[in-house]
Amino acid sequence: MTMTAVKTKGLTYRYGVGTPFEIKAVDSVSLDIKKGNFIGIIGHTGSGKSTFIQHLNGLLKPTDGEIFINERNIWSKEVDIRSIRFEVGLVFQYSEHQLFEETVFKDIAFGPRNIGLSEEEVKARVYRAAEAMGVHENWLSRSPFDLSGGQKRRVALAGVIAMEPKILVLDEPAAGLDPYGRDKVLSKIKEYHESSGITILLVSHSMEDIVKYADKVIVMNKGGVFLYEETDKVFSHADEIVQIGLDVPQITRFARLLRQKGFNIGDDVYTVERAKARVLEVLKNGKYE
Amino acid sequence: MLKDITIGQYFPGESIIHRLDARFKIIFSVLAAVMLFTAQNFMGLGIAAVFIIMCYAASGIKFKMILKSLKPIVPLIIFTGVLNLFFIKGEEVLFEWWFITIYTDGAKTSAFMIVRIMTLITGMSLLTYTSSPIMLTDAIESLLSPLKKIRFPVHELAMMMMIALRFIPLLIEETDKIMMAQKARGANLDAKGLIKKAKALIPILIPLFISAFKRANELAMAMECRCYKGGEGRTRLRKLKCSAIDFLALGLILCVYGMIIANNIAFG
Repeated sequence: MTMTAVKTKGLTYRYGVGTPFEIKAVDSVSLDIKKGNFIGIIGHTGSGKSTFIQHLNGLLKPTDGEIFINERNIWSKEVDIRSIRFEVGLVFQYSEHQLFEETVFKDIAFGPRNIGLSEEEVKARVYRAAEAMGVHENWLSRSPFDLSGGQKRRVALAGVIAMEPKILVLDEPAAGLDPYGRDKVLSKIKEYHESSGITILLVSHSMEDIVKYADKVIVMNKGGVFLYEETDKVFSHADEIVQIGLDVPQITRFARLLRQKGFNIGDDVYTVERAKARVLEVLKNGKYE
Repeated sequence: MLKDITIGQYFPGESIIHRLDARFKIIFSVLAAVMLFTAQNFMGLGIAAVFIIMCYAASGIKFKMILKSLKPIVPLIIFTGVLNLFFIKGEEVLFEWWFITIYTDGAKTSAFMIVRIMTLITGMSLLTYTSSPIMLTDAIESLLSPLKKIRFPVHELAMMMMIALRFIPLLIEETDKIMMAQKARGANLDAKGLIKKAKALIPILIPLFISAFKRANELAMAMECRCYKGGEGRTRLRKLKCSAIDFLALGLILCVYGMIIANNIAFG
């Protein structure tokens, strides 16, 4: 049996406890995430996804409930919360805003240096992370502020990856980038997942991105987990997903319409390739297998 | 969280003091300050203090806010008190011990000064408690407008103040985000020791400055695109209006002023 990387039990978080503005941002979330999974998290603005992920590295302390990272309760007394930050790398939205050093190298090295690694180890990690994120070697001596938006974003990601966390949490890593920068960032993340085998949680607004990369999908709504399913099975709940106001990929919508007209190509269609194969199958055999 | 802090110390309300024209309120505050310095004895100060407390009662601001407004100036109060207590010489010795001699006059002056400073700050605070920073900026612009004659950039100054006020909440939110991001990279923000603390601030301050400059640039660009060209011929969204109650209040404050002067003449 594979081990769990993240486990939460009744995780609840309220903002502004004790004031008239108290809001329950995360409402008793209990879930298990297996090691090595690529999880997509999707939900509306205000669905609690950002608040939820800030619990994973101990930036927020749950009002109620427990959270285990690699089977350790991170808020028990023996655990140093800073060590959790190195175990769980968290990349915020618009992560390029965190760049501050004179050179790209130094910026990527900030995290590893905070761990207290030797200078050679820091250097090795910076090179590995830069390579993984497609950060050019000759950028390393340049100022991060001279790079383009997409390049900065990848430098910021490398800065977190250089800590070599066991779990990587990414909050909208592609937000605000052009299509090219978007594909580049996301495909680098996918490649890194495949080569390192770490657990990745990707928060996104785009269902298309999520289903393209994730093995499992968490749909959050009103602070709770609405759905937690294998990517293949998520769209059997397409109607519910649409009902809470989230989008499904265009091709899934197309498949739904076909189904309603009596042309069943299955409820797990979310890529054009699969749709094509299914349509051909149905045309040939009268139904799909 | 950082964003819970309040900017300025404005308490929104509908009281008569809140409704006074901010320009008048600034003039009243200046008058009150002058009044306090005109008062030459405890009686005069007492009249002013009672008047200010009555204003607080009328404004609906809680009395404990008076204490809060006095908190930052405690060192000043102590300093003034001690200085006057020990260094003013008189004839009558109140207390003597080793090299310390305290005269009755010293004690009196010291107490007088302390009460004066306290009343002064309490009175000034009422202005900021009952008028929003924006109202104050508008009022300052309006009051300083005669200076335009000598080419003093009154409008530009007011605009700068307004923009600064507008951006404070944004910057606070931004600081919060950057702090979180650097903490996630293992930055130790609770480091002990002055140098370590200063060093820990670098990863937060630099991104903050960069984004502030960027924002300023974008705002300037946006203003230029909408042909902003300064104060000449601009109309306002919020018009300052003075009404009868403002003049009534002016009358009242002049009456109190008169009382203090009369008291000065009568009792020296």
